Amino acid sequence: MRIAVCIKQVPDTEARLRLRRDERWIDEEDVPFVINESDEYALEEALQLAEASEGEVVVFTLGPERAKEALRKALAVGAHRAVHLRDDALEGGDALITGAALARAIEREECDLVLTGSQSDDVGFGATGGVIAGQLGWPHAWLVMGVEVEEGGTARVVREMESGVNEILRLRLPAVLEIQAGLNHPRYASLRGIMQAKKKEPSEVGAADLELAPEATGAAGARTEVVSVGFPESGEGAEILEGDAEVAARQLVERLRKEAKVL
Amino acid sequence: MANPVLVVLQQREGGLHRMSREAIAAGQSLAETLGGPVEAVLLGEGLEAAVEEVSAFALARLHVVEHQALAAYTPGAYVGVLAEVIGAVEPAVVILPHTYQTVDFLGLLAQRLDVALVPEVTGFETADGGLIWERPVLGGKMTSKVVVRGETTVLVSVQSGSFAADGAGAGEAPVERFALAADPEPDREILGTEEVGGDQVDLSQAGMIVAVGRGIGDGDKMSIAEELAEALGAELAASRPVIDNGWLPRDRQIGSSGQTVSPKLYVALGI
Repeated sequence: MRIAVCIKQVPDTEARLRLRRDERWIDEEDVPFVINESDEYALEEALQLAEASEGEVVVFTLGPERAKEALRKALAVGAHRAVHLRDDALEGGDALITGAALARAIEREECDLVLTGSQSDDVGFGATGGVIAGQLGWPHAWLVMGVEVEEGGTARVVREMESGVNEILRLRLPAVLEIQAGLNHPRYASLRGIMQAKKKEPSEVGAADLELAPEATGAAGARTEVVSVGFPESGEGAEILEGDAEVAARQLVERLRKEAKVL
Repeated sequence: MANPVLVVLQQREGGLHRMSREAIAAGQSLAETLGGPVEAVLLGEGLEAAVEEVSAFALARLHVVEHQALAAYTPGAYVGVLAEVIGAVEPAVVILPHTYQTVDFLGLLAQRLDVALVPEVTGFETADGGLIWERPVLGGKMTSKVVVRGETTVLVSVQSGSFAADGAGAGEAPVERFALAADPEPDREILGTEEVGGDQVDLSQAGMIVAVGRGIGDGDKMSIAEELAEALGAELAASRPVIDNGWLPRDRQIGSSGQTVSPKLYVALGI
């Protein structure tokens, strides 16, 4: 079984973030980049499925040169190959555009299953997996908490729903599964893995290789455009209650009762 | 007159999802801005009660699609049906509640229709005659403003708590049975459900929440938060690091990677 894993390199949201001068995105200088959290779980799940079936894991990412670091990390934890969609013409697309480009790259590798994270920690559309599925004409499921490949070309999938209930469903393969963080324990790279990864150079593909016209992909093809980003307004209406804990707590309860009327 | 706003309602086993009313409120507010009518679509099976409830809102039309292949939600069946309805209604904007179910099929629907997608919207404004959508980015640390380029239908999912359900205007909605050209095609077999952990808590419905973050210190401090929650009659919740430490079960996780909540009282401890 050949499993494709789509990962995204994202800014570490725990880091101190500043606005870029044009205020359309954050200033990416000096911000550490990491593999998107749910994508790490997708990669681990793929490695486990491949180990159980003597399969192969091929990792894909779309991003600038720095994103190669994410692919190297994926190779170091055990991915067999990596494909870098690296082309300025592919940059700046939204989930629909990026999903379409990834689907083209996956088609070239003839994969049996596609895993990806449920949502990116930066833009967070949560839609790329569904778009890839639509492009490939495969079934898919979002927020996957468990995967079991069955005999006869199906998979038993556990999907998280609201209200603390999971739904169990069966999909025919090939399929796209968008993995929820927390379903496994992503492994760390071993020294041996890191050494081996140095011998595996990610292959690069561009818009032309994917037969995508530059005006129909990347920022040029995207139907949505971010015009500004900003920090949420804060401080308004906030008040600090003075006094020691006992006094402040009494005051707070009193005001929650009488003013806010929530108690 | 401007093209309609179409609201996609969510129901389960005939009961209307709480956020469906918020979606109606959002749709009405948007239709007022755009100057067009607001219509809604309800799909499933055994929808009598839900249809009756929705027909009491101010909607220009309620499209009802009942089919046994829609009894349980599957993205294949839903996307096929919604693509047909959207094709017939030709809405300027489609409003959906931003629920797990919606996110499950939203990317697929946008891809199928080849239209614009703006998920997890918390508000909108107009500028230069165009709409600007607000949505969180970077795990909620920032808010972004997004515009759609070109003439296209826009799929918008609205975040819980962004449009008050009470704001949904009452009226009398004419009900129309939508005639499907093709039978819905489920693309997954539903085998059943399983409960997560011992307790089943829907934090999105909680009126009061005591939430704990990494700043609380060690795990033994959890008992203080538990005592407070009990004294208030509130639900206990936590942000990701606390859940990852195993101090609370995962169904109590809130925030960008957990549930979105809108309680009347929210006490944040170390968040």
